Amino acid sequence: MARGEVKEVKLPGVGVRFEFETDDGKAVGVVCHTSGRREIYVASGKDPDEFERVLGLGGDDARVLAELLGASRVSEQLAELHQRIEGLTIDWLPVRYDSPYAGHTIGEARIRSRTGVSVVAIVRGEQAEPAPGPDSTMLPGDYLVVVGTGRGVEKVVELLHRG
Amino acid sequence: MEQPGILVELGLVVVALGILSRVALRLGLPTIPLYLGAGLAFGHGGIVPLVTTEGFIAIGAEIGLVLLLFTLGLRYSAGELIGTLKAQRAAAVVNAALNFSPGFVAGYLLERDLGAALVLGGVTYVSSSGIVAKLLSDLGRVGNRETPAVLGVLVVEDLTLAFFLPLVAAVLAGGAGGASAFVTALGAMVLVGAVLALAVKVEVGISRLVFSHSDEALLLTLLGLAVLLAGLAELVGLSGAVAALLAGIVLSGPAAEGAEALLAPLRDLFAALFFAFIGLSVNPADLVPVAGLALGLAALGAATKIATGWFAAARAGVGIAGRVRAGAVLVARGEFSLAIAGLAVTLGTDPRLEALAVAYVFILALAGPLLALAAEPAGQALAARLGTRGA
Repeated sequence: MARGEVKEVKLPGVGVRFEFETDDGKAVGVVCHTSGRREIYVASGKDPDEFERVLGLGGDDARVLAELLGASRVSEQLAELHQRIEGLTIDWLPVRYDSPYAGHTIGEARIRSRTGVSVVAIVRGEQAEPAPGPDSTMLPGDYLVVVGTGRGVEKVVELLHRG
Repeated sequence: MEQPGILVELGLVVVALGILSRVALRLGLPTIPLYLGAGLAFGHGGIVPLVTTEGFIAIGAEIGLVLLLFTLGLRYSAGELIGTLKAQRAAAVVNAALNFSPGFVAGYLLERDLGAALVLGGVTYVSSSGIVAKLLSDLGRVGNRETPAVLGVLVVEDLTLAFFLPLVAAVLAGGAGGASAFVTALGAMVLVGAVLALAVKVEVGISRLVFSHSDEALLLTLLGLAVLLAGLAELVGLSGAVAALLAGIVLSGPAAEGAEALLAPLRDLFAALFFAFIGLSVNPADLVPVAGLALGLAALGAATKIATGWFAAARAGVGIAGRVRAGAVLVARGEFSLAIAGLAVTLGTDPRLEALAVAYVFILALAGPLLALAAEPAGQALAARLGTRGA
């Protein structure tokens, strides 16, 4: 099986069985029961067709685990979003600790007038500040959700980095 | 109350079945052979014959059979059944050829009768979905690569049953292969096909109609519908068991999701009565003359199921050890073999046939789990001996 490819087989009366191979070559099986229960299996060493159950998850457990594992996937997917809308780029930019504008307001950085890009939200941990004004402060570790042209967004990245 | 002893006797029967179920749990065995044994002990010619409750147990047994097939049907949707049938065509043909023929031939040689041959063929053909599913989860094999093939074989058998039971019922009712029996059988099978086709089309609609957020309302509606449809089918001379199976398949969807948990306790109670009833209706003395034949058929039945599982798993690209596991786990026969034999009882065939079926199921329900367990080291050893060819 090619790496990264997920194979799906129906388990009639039980649910669905998924299988994929990890980067280090281990076969992983996930059984999704129709009841919502999930089970994670790993191929045993001796026999490639025999899988050992490593973890059983209830519906809520599975969601928690998916969130923990999927956190980086979410930002990856957001980063890919700009390719989906022609002529419009939505991006998700970090305010780094060494950024010259960390601790400054959006107005001070003059993002809109210098790049034509709008900051539609500042994401700080679990909280988001939608539609921030010119006197909203960008703290180190924040993420800016920006909308504009592809070139404009590239300019914002530059601006946040170098000033 | 007219018979004051009836509750005492019924209570004792259920307590006895409860104790047997604990014993089975402790020993890691399926409960079916123990319930059968209990039925034998309580029946005519047994150690402690029942006096007052046999009538009640007979009704309980009928409900048990209806619930067994209804809950089985609930697990599958019609689309899933037909999809699996298409994917598993080759394995289905091999399964039928290898496992139906021995019983069919033995039945014909024994009774010189088409009905008897069909019944015994069905008994040797169908694996026990209940025992196999439990083995797969108990032995931690649900995640294995051969498991989809194993479940595929079971599903096709269950679907085959829907067409097979009306055929048997018609042939048995119509005597030795009369023309009218043939017409009835054909009509019943066309009806089954039509219901399945309809179920694919309206898949979720009917289920939504029946669904309720109240467990109580859902339980009563589902149980009532299953028993009513089975009863109606029997009134017009069709198999009630098949009606229950079809009703379950048609209802797959939102109503089915909570239904299995709701109906499982009822099914367990009445199914236990069903197995005990089958034991009750056999005189232990009748078992002695068929014991040798039953052993021979059981040995053959184990071998043919192992071959079937091997073939199905090999087609799914599974290695040697997995093929052995897939074959051995399918060996157990149980509830559906008894359902077919039970059909023969209600239609009054030779008691020898039923005794043979009971002995056959008894042996394979016990041997199946042991073989499934032994398949693990045996499969590894065979794979090692044959080299990495299958891996």
